[in-house]
Amino acid sequence: MNLKTLVWRELAERPSAMLTSTLMILLGVTALVAIRHVTVFSEREVGQQLQSLGANVLVLPKEATLQDYYSADLTERTLPESHVASILLENLPGVERLSPKLCVSAKVADRDVTLTGILPQSEFQAKAVWQSVSLFSNKHEGCKKAACGPKTYDAAPETLASERTIDQLKGNEAVIGADVAEFSALKPGQSIKMFGEKLQVLAVLPRTGTVDDSRVFAHLHTVQRLTNAGEVVNAIEVMGCCEDAAGGLVPKLAELLPDAKVVTISQVVSTQVGINRLMSQMSLFVLAILVIVGGASVASTISSNVRERRREVGTLMALGATPSLVTRMFLLKAWTLGIVGAVGGSVLGLIVAMVLGSQWAGVAVTPLPGLIALSIGVALVITTLAALWPARSAAKLDPCCCFQEI
Amino acid sequence: MFHLQDITKVYRRRQQEVVAFKASSLDIGLGEYVAVVGPSGSGKTTLLSMLGGMLSPDTGKVWFEGESLYDLSITARTRRRREQIGFVFQTFNLVPYLTALENVQVPLFLNGVSKSEQRDRAVSLLEQVGLGNRIEHKPSELSTGQQQRVALARTLANNPRLILADEPTGNLDPDSREAVLSMFDKFVSEGRTIVMVTHDPGAAARASRQLRLNDGMLVSSEESQNVTGAKPAKAA
Ligand SMILES: Nc1ncnc2c1ncn2[C@@H]1O[C@H](COP(=O)(O)OP(=O)(O)OP(=O)(O)O)[C@@H](O)[C@H]1O
Ligand SMILES: [Mg+2]
Repeated sequence: MNLKTLVWRELAERPSAMLTSTLMILLGVTALVAIRHVTVFSEREVGQQLQSLGANVLVLPKEATLQDYYSADLTERTLPESHVASILLENLPGVERLSPKLCVSAKVADRDVTLTGILPQSEFQAKAVWQSVSLFSNKHEGCKKAACGPKTYDAAPETLASERTIDQLKGNEAVIGADVAEFSALKPGQSIKMFGEKLQVLAVLPRTGTVDDSRVFAHLHTVQRLTNAGEVVNAIEVMGCCEDAAGGLVPKLAELLPDAKVVTISQVVSTQVGINRLMSQMSLFVLAILVIVGGASVASTISSNVRERRREVGTLMALGATPSLVTRMFLLKAWTLGIVGAVGGSVLGLIVAMVLGSQWAGVAVTPLPGLIALSIGVALVITTLAALWPARSAAKLDPCCCFQEI
Repeated sequence: MFHLQDITKVYRRRQQEVVAFKASSLDIGLGEYVAVVGPSGSGKTTLLSMLGGMLSPDTGKVWFEGESLYDLSITARTRRRREQIGFVFQTFNLVPYLTALENVQVPLFLNGVSKSEQRDRAVSLLEQVGLGNRIEHKPSELSTGQQQRVALARTLANNPRLILADEPTGNLDPDSREAVLSMFDKFVSEGRTIVMVTHDPGAAARASRQLRLNDGMLVSSEESQNVTGAKPAKAA
């Protein structure tokens, strides 16, 4: 027999008495853990997007929205391909690479894919030499990048997935995304038929989890020819050498190309950042609810338990229990329900975050031990504070009530 | 063992004052077997609570073994009670969700006895009261008489020098009543002290001394004829 057995026996005898407040704590912690997990992973995702796109600036048709760019749904609106040359000739400071893109819907093995025309970097080199410009050599002021020296253009085609540009791509070659490779069962070396023409698969890109997985990349001029689109593109990605370049590039590009829309990546992800901020505030709101509802519920459960157990408290005091032991006994009851609620809520919240996170927010959630520990800690602090007053009042009960008949 | 000096205990409820107990002087000696009798509401339980260190008087002092009980800290007072006093209640006051064994372990746990010793002592106490085969039963699974025997085992757990009992036989059948009273006889014969509140004249007659209360006042204190050796007490 010790204090734990004493408390445990009572709770085991009639767990329903503590059920409501355990449930309150459980639901509060569930909501907190779920929202925080989704928020954290969503923020990470944004961070990764920012990083993977680097110091990008996008040149889009005036009417196009960022959402269009993201879903690769740019087929309707175009820019003249000559804009690429204009940017190249201007030799703007901080520009490191250019990547014009033309996207058209297509079908492979009866599935929708996006045929994306891109220009290999080696062709810029050729164009630059031909136009006698020194390619991408203009450093911007305070550039953090060490060297912008001549490039060799021999990177493997798979770097397209991470670098967003490809060094070499011939007119009859294609690079396919992971999803396309999977459902068409194509391997490098085989050929893929697009708009009646066979293209040789040069490489399969590693999975990125983005819309790129369902793309077929081919040479820009091949795509233009196959679709009779003319010399147009949907978007031009301008990669700056480092983060600082992007800000300075936007006004200069806007001035150079008045008929186009020039945006930075931070604008692209601004919606997601807004949602994340909303979720952060929401979790504060849930925390407030947990404190108020959970705390009030624990306080009322413990004080009604004290009332109900008056005679036992009196008896224990007659048998020699000190007031501090009585206080500890009721605090232990509160902690038990707090721990059950908090641990249960963490597990449930994690499940909710893992299921709904991928369904609603499109992020893969894995457990964050620190966050879970913090949530449990917060729940325990709330239960302790809420139970403190009723537990103290138990210690002040008149022990003489043990003589009263029921 | 006890010396009460100028004690008053007054309850105030809605401008009404009730003098629950009043005594200018009362002594209870070591080894005495005292029965407290009187009509309902005469202050018997009030007196017992003050002797047990659970109810502080409004005025006066309760001396217990040479110490003024209510001048001690609450922890020290609780320790005196835990180590030296055993209570017996009319309604037994067993903890309903604990087994007989666990109920007897409670005072041992409160006294800091180790877990294995708790169990050994509790088992042997329950065997002494004839319940060795019912140690895993909850109070609700025991008869009234058996419940009071568990309560007695619990009272004796810390080997007290004094028993304070409030109508210990009030709810019992004749056989169980006799079992309780003979255990009390044995307790006193070992030189220990009992103060027992009772409405039962037969039980009161077995005590060495009877204190009669009326309206919170001590009206008489007489020694029983059949017992010798008890100290004469001063009536208030
Ligand atoms: N907590 C209290 N508040 C107010 N009055 C009280 C309280 N406890 C006892 N009293 C009053 O004090 C007086 C003495 O009560 P006490 O319980 O000592 O009587 P008793 O002799 O034990 O009665 P019984 O034989 O019915 O148990 C009664 O008039 C009672 O109403
Ligand atoms: Mg009484």
